[in-house]
Amino acid sequence: MSTLADVPGVPIAFKRNAREALDDRQLRRNFRGAMDFLMDKRRSQFPDGDELERLRAFGNRVRARALSKLPELLERLDANLTRNGVKVHWAETVEEANAIVHRIVEQHAAKKIIKGKSMVSEEMEMNHYLGERGIDCLESDMGEFIVQLREEKPAHIIMPAIHLNAGQVAKLFHDKLEVDYTEDVDRLIQIGRETLRRNFFEADIGVSGVNFAIAETGTLLLVENEGNGRLSTTVPPVHIAVTGIEKVVENLRDVIPLLSLLTRSATGQAITTYVNMISGPRKADELDGPREVHLVLLDNGRTQAFADGELRQTLNCIRCGACMNHCPVYTRIGGHAYGTVYPGPIGKIITPHMLGLDVTRDLPTASSMCGACSEVCPVKIPIPALLRRLREEAVRAPEAEPHHVRGQGTKYSKKETMVWKAWRSLNTSPVLYRAAMYAGTRLRGLMPSTIGPWTAHRSAPRLAARTLHELAREHLGDQ
Amino acid sequence: MSEWMSMQAMNARERILGKLRSSLQGTSPIVDDYDVDVLTAPWRYAPEARIARLRQMLESVHGETLLTTTAEWPLRAIEALALRNIGELLIAPTTAHGRQFANHVALNAVPLRLKAYDRAVEAWKEELFFRTPASLTGTLGGIAATGSLVLWPTPAEPRLMSLVPPFHIALLKASEVRDNFHELMHEQGWAGAMPTNALLVSGPSKTADIQQTLAYGAHGPKELLVLILQDA
Repeated sequence: MSTLADVPGVPIAFKRNAREALDDRQLRRNFRGAMDFLMDKRRSQFPDGDELERLRAFGNRVRARALSKLPELLERLDANLTRNGVKVHWAETVEEANAIVHRIVEQHAAKKIIKGKSMVSEEMEMNHYLGERGIDCLESDMGEFIVQLREEKPAHIIMPAIHLNAGQVAKLFHDKLEVDYTEDVDRLIQIGRETLRRNFFEADIGVSGVNFAIAETGTLLLVENEGNGRLSTTVPPVHIAVTGIEKVVENLRDVIPLLSLLTRSATGQAITTYVNMISGPRKADELDGPREVHLVLLDNGRTQAFADGELRQTLNCIRCGACMNHCPVYTRIGGHAYGTVYPGPIGKIITPHMLGLDVTRDLPTASSMCGACSEVCPVKIPIPALLRRLREEAVRAPEAEPHHVRGQGTKYSKKETMVWKAWRSLNTSPVLYRAAMYAGTRLRGLMPSTIGPWTAHRSAPRLAARTLHELAREHLGDQ
Repeated sequence: MSEWMSMQAMNARERILGKLRSSLQGTSPIVDDYDVDVLTAPWRYAPEARIARLRQMLESVHGETLLTTTAEWPLRAIEALALRNIGELLIAPTTAHGRQFANHVALNAVPLRLKAYDRAVEAWKEELFFRTPASLTGTLGGIAATGSLVLWPTPAEPRLMSLVPPFHIALLKASEVRDNFHELMHEQGWAGAMPTNALLVSGPSKTADIQQTLAYGAHGPKELLVLILQDA
C-alpha cells in the first residue's frame, strides 16, 4: 500500500494529493472563483424556495420510483430500443464494456472516433483502451478537448477544464495547436471549433453518454450547450452511447422535472441550448443521422450500491455536479486530488462501489459533514448519511456478515475496536467511570503531549485537576 | 468469436438483472404520483405575456427574435441575410414554408442562392460544413417558460439543417407556443409518437468551458434568428 500511495493522482494517495493541491495557489484561486460563479448561477435559477423544494421532492420520487422497478424498466428499455432499431449491450465491468465497444469498432474497421462528453466513458478509460489498440478517440466538448490536450482527466463532471484559467488555455493552444497566443475566450473557442470541425465528419464512430434513458419510448436523452453532442451523435455513420444502468426513467414525462432540476442545478440555466432525444438510427428515407445506434449499459459496481436500501439512494444521482460546487472540501482541493472519475461528494459515495472501499478508504472521511451537498442535491441524496455509513463499513470487521461493500473493513483495527469497547464500558458503569476519572485527573501529568495525527496541527487535550462532579459536589455542599 | 461475445453479453444481462431482482425481493414498486401542478403552476403565462416570455428567454441567451407575419417573414429573412452579407441559404423546398420562400425569391428576383438538403449527408459533407453559411427551418412549436423551440427533423428537413450552418433562421407560429414543456408534450402526444430525433433548441450554440466565460458559436450555429409569425 505504501508503494501505491507514492503514485500521485490515485485515490489511495488522497491525503498526499490533497496536501499538494492545498499548496497550489493558482489552483485554489481558479476553483474558488469557479465555485462562487456556479453557486451564484444556481441560486439565481431558484428564486422561489417553495418551488425548488416541491421540485426536489418530485425529482426524488421519480428517481426512487425508477429504482424501485429498475430490472423491469431496463428490460422495457431494452425491448423498446431494440424495436426502434437500436442495439443494446450489457456489461458488468468496464473491461466488458470496452470489449463491446472495441468489437463494434472492429466490425466497422473504424480508425477514428469522435466523442461527446461522457463520464461513463471516463469510468471505462475508453480513450486509453482504444488508443492502445491503434484507435484514435478525440474529445469534442471544449472542456474535454482542453483536458485531453493536457493529457489530464476532467477536474469536474460538468466543466472538465474548470481548474484552468484563460491564460493557461491560451498557452496550451499556443503550444499544442501552434496558433498565436491569445487570452481572448471568443477567439480560443473559435480555434477549438475550427480544429474540431473536420473531425466530426471524418470520424467513423461517434461516442456519447446519456443523461436519461426513457423506458416507455426507447429514447436516449442528452443535454448540452455546444452542439458537439448533436454532431457526435448525428454525423458519424455509427453512434455508440454508453451509460450506467441507473440512468433509466419510466416514462417520457418523467424527464420534465429531472431536466429542469438538472440544468438549473448544474450550470444555473433554465435549460441547456440543446436537448437531444434519440429514439433510433436513420430511417430509410432520412438523409442524415447514424445508420447504426448502440447502447452499452454498464454496471461497474452499481448493483452493489443497489443491493442495500440505504446505499441505493446513491443511484438517484443525475450528475449535475451541484454537490461539488457547494462542497468546502472540493472547492479547496479541486477535482484531481480525489484521483477518481467522479470527484467531490458524489464521487465519495459512488466510487467505493466502483473501485472498492480499500482503495478509496480516505474518501468517505474527506468531509466535514457540513451537509451543503445534500441541501442542494436536486434528487435529495442524503450524502452525509451515506458517507457516515461508508465510514462504518470501512471499520466493520472484514469478515462480518452481511457484506455490503467491496473492501469492507479496510480500516478495521482490533486495537481501535477494543478501545471503543473499553470506552463504552467506562461510560456505562458508574463505578468504573468514577475510578477512571479519579485516576485520570490525579495522573494527568502523565498524559502524552502528542497523540497521533490529532496533535499534528493541534495541542493535546489536558484533563483538569479535578472532575466536574467533584467541583459540583464541593460547590453545592450538602444542599 | 462474435457468438462468444453475444453469449457473454447475454450472461451479463441476466446476471445484472438477476442481482437487481434479488435486491428488490420483498419490496414493492413505488406508485406513480406524478404531480403535474409542480411542473405547470409556476410556468403559466397570460396569452399576451406568453410570446414576451419566450422572446425574453431566447434573447437572454443571445437568440434574436422578430415579430412578423405569414406574408412578411420572407422579407425579414432576406433582410437578416443581407445584413450579414450572406448570399446563400439552405432551405427545405418541399415544405410549405420552403416553397413559400423559394417562390418569393424567384418572383422578386432576390439575389440569393438557395440550396436544398436533397441528398444523404455523406454526399455533400464538405459543402454542408464549409460552404453553407445559413439555413431556414420550421419548428413544431415553442415553450415560453424556457424560451425553447421544438424541432422534429424529417426527411424534408434533416437533423443537421438546424445545427451545421453558422446562421440558423427558425420559423415559429405564435399559436404553437405553449407555456411549459409538460403542456406541449402532453398536447402533442409525444409519448406515443417519438421520431428518430426530437430536439429542443434554446438559443445559439455556446460554451463556458474556459474560465466560466460565456462564448457563443461553439460547435453549432453562432446565431439563431427566430421569426415569430403572429398571425399563424
